[in-house]
Amino acid sequence: MMLNRKSTGQTGRLAGMVAIAAAAALALTACNGGSGSDGGSSPAAEGDQKITFIPKQLNNPYTDVVLGGGKKGATEAGFASSQVVGPLEASASSQVSFINAETQAGTNVIVIAANDPDAVCTALGEARSAGAKIVAFDSDANPDCRDVFISQVVAKEVALIQTKLISEQIGGSGEIAILSATANATNQNEWIKFMEEELASNPDYKDIKLVAKVYGDDNDTKSFQEAQGLMQAHPNLKGIISPTTVGIAATARYLSTSEYKGKVALTGLGLPNEMRPFVKDGTVKEFALWDPAQLGYVAAFAGKALTDGTMTGAEGDTFTAGELGERKVEKGGLVIVGPPTVFNAENIDKYDF
Amino acid sequence: MSETTSTTGTAPAPVADNTKPLASEPKGKTGAARILAGRDAITIYALIAFLIYAAITIPRFASPVTTGFLLLDVIPVLLIAMPMTLIIITGEIDLSVASIAGLTSALMGVLWAGGMDIGLVLAISLLAGVAAGMFNGFLIAVLGLPSLAVTIGTLALFRGLALVTIGDNAVANFPKALTAFFTSKLGGTGIPTVMIGVVAVIVFFGVLLHFTPFGRGLFAIGYSKEAASFVGINVARSKFWLYVASGAVSALAGIYWTLRYTSARSDNASGLELAVIAAVLLGGVSIFGGKGSIPGVIAGVLLIGSLNYALRLARVSDVVLITVTGLLLIVSVVAPSVGSAIRQWRHTRRVRRSFTRTTN
Repeated sequence: MMLNRKSTGQTGRLAGMVAIAAAAALALTACNGGSGSDGGSSPAAEGDQKITFIPKQLNNPYTDVVLGGGKKGATEAGFASSQVVGPLEASASSQVSFINAETQAGTNVIVIAANDPDAVCTALGEARSAGAKIVAFDSDANPDCRDVFISQVVAKEVALIQTKLISEQIGGSGEIAILSATANATNQNEWIKFMEEELASNPDYKDIKLVAKVYGDDNDTKSFQEAQGLMQAHPNLKGIISPTTVGIAATARYLSTSEYKGKVALTGLGLPNEMRPFVKDGTVKEFALWDPAQLGYVAAFAGKALTDGTMTGAEGDTFTAGELGERKVEKGGLVIVGPPTVFNAENIDKYDF
Repeated sequence: MSETTSTTGTAPAPVADNTKPLASEPKGKTGAARILAGRDAITIYALIAFLIYAAITIPRFASPVTTGFLLLDVIPVLLIAMPMTLIIITGEIDLSVASIAGLTSALMGVLWAGGMDIGLVLAISLLAGVAAGMFNGFLIAVLGLPSLAVTIGTLALFRGLALVTIGDNAVANFPKALTAFFTSKLGGTGIPTVMIGVVAVIVFFGVLLHFTPFGRGLFAIGYSKEAASFVGINVARSKFWLYVASGAVSALAGIYWTLRYTSARSDNASGLELAVIAAVLLGGVSIFGGKGSIPGVIAGVLLIGSLNYALRLARVSDVVLITVTGLLLIVSVVAPSVGSAIRQWRHTRRVRRSFTRTTN
């Protein structure tokens, strides 16, 4: 069966027999030490440190780019091994058993993008008491249960750039809608909150009316259908903001094949590689994003600095993030990676992620 | 029986073979052999074999830490699988269980955030589950609607109600003492404390199914509703209470889920119904009704749970995981059918031979 990944044929069987003794010994030592001690063999010797990334979900193009940066960072920072594990569904509780497995595996650094800030908290607490350092990235966990949080950019900045883009594209007035990820997504909800505040308070946006918020659950089909539903429910809709890469790609695909192409503006956060055809064919004028690879890259170095003890994650601590230079820990253990980039027909070919 | 044997032995030649006594006729397995080679026993063997395999080949699998994390992971499935076993044995199904758990979770969040006493919150949440079960039971048992259609409807309905109840919020500030209790372990054994309650639920349903007239009635209903009602079993009432029990246990699972993950939200436990049904079928319960046992189902739940855990520990991707689970499920459903097809074929051949022998 597929379980046979590690053992190979005859030698594997022999190794298995030998391993019986090892397993028994392991069980005994674990019993002696009581529960939890098994995962607490860290901190490992220098040069034998392990880092594991737990994204919100696997097989998500955005996540893949972040993890690509993370792997690169992990190698440069000097981790002996870097792993990626994670659920297929971005649901609140699905990450917990992965954290548990990592705790047991004695991983030194767990880098996590939390689907729910509190659902992962207990499990992260157990990992920490077993000696692991916790770096949250992309989407924060409860500050009580992690050491630092690597944030793409200041949340408000991300929100404001999207309201600015949509306002420019619809000429400053008309109905708009938001197509988000899941109804509980931490960062999307934070951005939407800032967008709503900005639309209500900024006089430049007084003629813009937010008529709907819908959730595509970061699922391509569902997002596509939600985009379709939006156009039917709001015939006067002039623009859509989709602050998630899955949502904006699905919406762009729907618009590009519909009568609304070029008439209904679409902006938000997207991956240049996915959005390129839609920018070229005129469905989308401009959208924004930070370089997601940097997020993983910085997270790996932060994890290294934490395990080496060169920083504790307190306000004012600094660490060097490889080729990106020095990064500073701000209030609440926050580390900012960089400002968002705006992509349009002129510059999109310069980016490959 | 012995009387019939002797009379058939001396009776004038009937159509079938009458040269040997009835006692020497091949018959179904009885006693220990039947239990040891049963469909549910096979699942138990598979579980034991897998645990040994995993303990040997997967580093760190054999430890009390595994016991704790693994059990914490499977508890919701284990709980709901109990009433689900009884329901499937009667030839029905309940797809709304995960949505009831989600609704309970949402309700807990809203009531607790509204400042209600935690004891009262738990009681009301449990009652909500009972009410949801009664609604299912009313439509299925009283109005006689097909359970598949009804519970697909309530699957969406209860999930929708959960979203209406709590919206896109999440409530997380449950009492620390309570949430810590739900992940605490019994001493150094690694067994979660809540397992005591889970075992109580398992024993309740196990005794109900295997040692009471009510439980035997469920098997009868699964084989034939008409025959069951002819021998005096109240089919509608049995079904009604099964759905109420299913609602109540789903609410318990919802409460557990909320406190274990310290997060009350509308999408909690989504998709859990399929994991439960998969485990129940893997545990040897026939989807057509009339066959199954609680020990087999427990083994089914633990088998899927430990497969999950072991593959995660070995850092095998979830894609492989769902593929393996799917294959296991198909094998578990197909194998008995193939077995009974072979038995049927051999039986026909035997009968045919004895016919040719008598006519010669």
